Amino acid sequence: MNAMTDAGLLRDYETHAATLPGAGSGWLDGLRKGGAHRFEGLGLPTRRVEEWKYTDLRTLASDPFGHAHEPDADVSVPDMDLGAEPYRAVFVNGHFHAGLSDLTGLPDGLVALPLAQAMQNSKAFLESYLGRVATLGRRHFVALNTAWLADGFALYVPDGMTIERPIELVFIGATGDTRAAWHPRNLFVLHPGAQATIVERHIGQTGTYLSNTVAEIVLATGARLNHFKLQDEAADAFHIATTQIHASADAVYENFSLMTGSSVARNQIAIELQAPGSSCMLNGAYLGRGKQQLDTTTLIDHAAPDCKSSEVYKGALDERSKGVFQGRIVVRKDAQRTNGHQSNKALLLSDKAEIDAKPELEIYADDVVCSHGATVGELDEHALFYLRARGIPLEEARGLLIDAFVDGAIDEISNAAIREAFRSHAKAWQGGNS
Amino acid sequence: MAAVLETIETVGEATDKYKHGFVTEIEMDRAPKGLSEDTVRFISAKKNEPEWLLEWRLEAYRHWLTMTEPMWARVGYPPIDYQDSYYYAAPKSDADRPKSLDEVDPALLDTYAKLGIPLKEQEVLAGVRNVAIDAVFDSVSVATTFKDRLEKDGIIFCAISEAIQDHPELVRKYMGSVVPTSDNFYAALNSAVFTDGSFCYIPKGVRCPMELSTYFRINAAETGQFERTLIVADEGSYVSYLEGCTAPQRDENQLHAAVVELIAMDDAEIKYSTVQNWYPGDEDGKGGIYNFVTKRGLCEKRAKISWTQVETGSAITWKYPSCILKGDDSVGEFYSVAITNNRQQADTGTKMLHIGKNTRSRIIAKGISAGKSQSTYRGQVRMNAMAHGAKNYTQCDSLLIGDECGAHTVPYIESKNRSARVEHEATTSKVSDDQLFYCRQRGIPEEEALTLIVNGFCREVLQELPMEFAVEAQKLVGISLEGSVG
Amino acid sequence: MNILSIKDLHATVDGKEILKGINLEMGAGEVHAIMGPNGSGKSTLSYVLSGRDGYEVSKGEVLYKGENLMEMLPEERAQAGVFLAFQYPVEIPGVPTVTFLKQAMNSVRKARGEKELDAFEFKKIMDARLKELSIVNDMVRRALNTGFSGGEKKRMEVLQMAMLEPSLAILDETDSGLDIDALKTVADGVNALRAEDRSMLVITHYQRLLDYIVPDHVHVLSAGRIILSGDKSLALELEEKGYADIVAAAA
Repeated sequence: MNAMTDAGLLRDYETHAATLPGAGSGWLDGLRKGGAHRFEGLGLPTRRVEEWKYTDLRTLASDPFGHAHEPDADVSVPDMDLGAEPYRAVFVNGHFHAGLSDLTGLPDGLVALPLAQAMQNSKAFLESYLGRVATLGRRHFVALNTAWLADGFALYVPDGMTIERPIELVFIGATGDTRAAWHPRNLFVLHPGAQATIVERHIGQTGTYLSNTVAEIVLATGARLNHFKLQDEAADAFHIATTQIHASADAVYENFSLMTGSSVARNQIAIELQAPGSSCMLNGAYLGRGKQQLDTTTLIDHAAPDCKSSEVYKGALDERSKGVFQGRIVVRKDAQRTNGHQSNKALLLSDKAEIDAKPELEIYADDVVCSHGATVGELDEHALFYLRARGIPLEEARGLLIDAFVDGAIDEISNAAIREAFRSHAKAWQGGNS
Repeated sequence: MAAVLETIETVGEATDKYKHGFVTEIEMDRAPKGLSEDTVRFISAKKNEPEWLLEWRLEAYRHWLTMTEPMWARVGYPPIDYQDSYYYAAPKSDADRPKSLDEVDPALLDTYAKLGIPLKEQEVLAGVRNVAIDAVFDSVSVATTFKDRLEKDGIIFCAISEAIQDHPELVRKYMGSVVPTSDNFYAALNSAVFTDGSFCYIPKGVRCPMELSTYFRINAAETGQFERTLIVADEGSYVSYLEGCTAPQRDENQLHAAVVELIAMDDAEIKYSTVQNWYPGDEDGKGGIYNFVTKRGLCEKRAKISWTQVETGSAITWKYPSCILKGDDSVGEFYSVAITNNRQQADTGTKMLHIGKNTRSRIIAKGISAGKSQSTYRGQVRMNAMAHGAKNYTQCDSLLIGDECGAHTVPYIESKNRSARVEHEATTSKVSDDQLFYCRQRGIPEEEALTLIVNGFCREVLQELPMEFAVEAQKLVGISLEGSVG
Repeated sequence: MNILSIKDLHATVDGKEILKGINLEMGAGEVHAIMGPNGSGKSTLSYVLSGRDGYEVSKGEVLYKGENLMEMLPEERAQAGVFLAFQYPVEIPGVPTVTFLKQAMNSVRKARGEKELDAFEFKKIMDARLKELSIVNDMVRRALNTGFSGGEKKRMEVLQMAMLEPSLAILDETDSGLDIDALKTVADGVNALRAEDRSMLVITHYQRLLDYIVPDHVHVLSAGRIILSGDKSLALELEEKGYADIVAAAA
């Protein structure tokens, strides 16, 4: 058996689906139904599914999930200095929260609003894009997300427009004692030459919940999206995120993902470099402790000639935590003059920590320069001794070295203010404060 | 220096097509087609085997029936009908097995001469280096040379069927101890129907004075070859073992599913080298050997196992020579060159399982894909929780020749020990135009220039081979790449 | 008959015309220097003559010993005696220099209808050349050019020239990347190879190389054409006045 139970994730589906926003509209019903049908067939993946070989979802599947409700207690968004004042959209337990959001001052001509609203106001836009990038395939969680497609953020940036200030999307989980699941869907479409910066923050306060996010991103010719993500969910939460990108000629996609939260997290990114000159930088850091499982799975598909990709990921794993890195680079037959490089480095900080890495090259064109490197090890003893010999106590010395290690990835963030914000979050992790 | 120069000369001669593609006309003694308990019993009876071995085979067969073919490798082929093959084919003369080379069927000796195996050239060889040879022809061992010389040191080197008769205690103790009968689909199949192979035992503290060598050849049509090799190196001993493989050109695909088990006890060292040149099929992918091989070695304390392979043949290669580094301070090495051309598919690599403290492993894999072939490196490095201070270094480089082939790298890196260190690097690129032009500007024709550059690319691996094999391997590089430029 | 006769040679790289009508006649045993500023087409000329892919002749002809050089494969040109000393000799990891040298030498000998050398004959010749050029044995045991210093790489080019005995040697910016001592050593090697049946085309940006390899003729290349020719004094004049003045005066 390659599928576990579905953990009640489709319970009373028909009844609930009828109450979802936009229900009754043919294409949306069809899209959702397709997702539900597919998930029914797939169920939750077990470790016998090759792509899920290293991440164990048994704790997720153990008990059924209910539907998310508005939290009883007050929720707030902790400050994070992103340099410029961001446009902010906040989602609590999967639903847009107008009170905490501030989208005023956005330039004219673009679409930037919660998905549930877009289902009323921007139907044609959604119909042209939704479900076209995040196709179902054998993607268990995309299917599930599609079945429940309800809220999230829709962004369309017209030709040549640059949105100067970052767009901050905050997803807050606060379920108290209920075991609940939600499935945010984001859609970002940048037309030729458009540019935007998006900061996603997934923060949790309490509860055992599943946040199953899907982002569909379309970058037209020469567009650029800087996409930064902080995953700091509640300690018992499950965070599964799928980001799929189509990049046209000369488009640039930058992603940085910092993962510190949740009990089981999987951050999967799949980008198709569809036309000559497109490029991507996928970078990130995963910092684990306790019994956390932090999984980074990337797929870079070089489908056209003259594209470039680079990846730098770093992981630090303490206590009984487990890190997973699966990075696949595919170079298709006619994708000549491809340049693809990937590096994954992991530090094991405790005797019980664990890392599994599977970097993969799959190459069908000959004029390529591709490489990957992976290292696993502990802190450099010589460096540690050197610092201690200069009077720095052991714990501080370790801290310095871990910071320096993680910095190697964080330095890749192109936006200076966001870089520093992420850096201080990573530093706080060390103090056990994140 | 002189040796290096010799090598150059032989590389220069590398121009002929698959030169081992001839069929030897010899009377065959066959089991009926197909696979059943009766086939297993037939083979066991034919070999006059003890009861325990028959039971062992039957258990493997019954287990095999419950298994399915592994599908995870990046190779594609039509379903294999396991009932449509002969599982036993011996030259008729097996009944009165030759006592010395002089008694060997001259047609067979001829075959080996064509293969370039210097069975009759012992004197010549002795001048350079002694090589003891066991030749396996369609799964039956036909001749073992230098037996007397080896016996002086207490070394046993013979056909495994002979070892079963003469040294049953050793065979019973070790066979299946590293690759259990239930290990995988092909290993189970092999355990049920293996007909022969080589056995080697090196006593405590003995350094085997010569290379031991086995040549395998599939000759009969519609025959599967299932040989089984078992090498036991007792404490503090050393042996270098060579394995060569060829098969005639045939239109249909032939199955080869071998099992090799190595046991290196405390402080022992086994060096196992393979030059695999089974028939790869023709330009359009017709014919060729399906090569599904399980090779694994067990290292006790401070022991070392080094696998070196040059894989140029077979239509399909599925092969992962592995090391279980059980003893503290033990060492595993894997050096590999895999060349695919035309429609060949290879999925090969290694597993290094670090169990003991301070165990070390090193993986150097060079893959070359040309024509319409697909080549995959698949390797696993696992650091278990108790593998304190263990280290691995892996370097995988792939070279692509032409835009219709593929090169893939699939490493699995798993560590549960903080003090263990794993370093993995992989690159993929094409042969540099600059390098090709430079060679041609010095007067070297394009195809030769390519061979030269590819041999350079593989050098780190080729230099691990014993000299005689290194020369043959360099030639093979040239032959395998024929027609891939221009 | 001249060794090399270039008539109205036009050549393009990536569709862009770099050589725009070169005319040059070289007699046996003559040493010609081609000087010119960056981008004038010096290296393109050396690659066109040696047959590198991507250098397309769009017009004109090149006769080598009376034969159409442009119709020959790169290796055929080398076998016929055209030798290019590379500005940036290529590293070929894992290929021992000695292996490469023997294969090159035997390829050339075979093409010329001479007997191929066995290991011992080859070693004898190589050792003699190494001695003449004061190159230590160690260098030929290493992988070809791999990890060689700039000076070592250029000396390796000279060694190859000595062994392949070309009729026409093209030296492409042989002085680049060399300090003065290395330059002298390399120039001494080249001078030792000057012979009545060997012509040399010395391509350089700077005059200083020509202090050591004294040419019979000097040509100034600018924007893909030879704009001025003279004897060795032209090189000195260039050094004094600079390219800009000379180019302006000739225009």
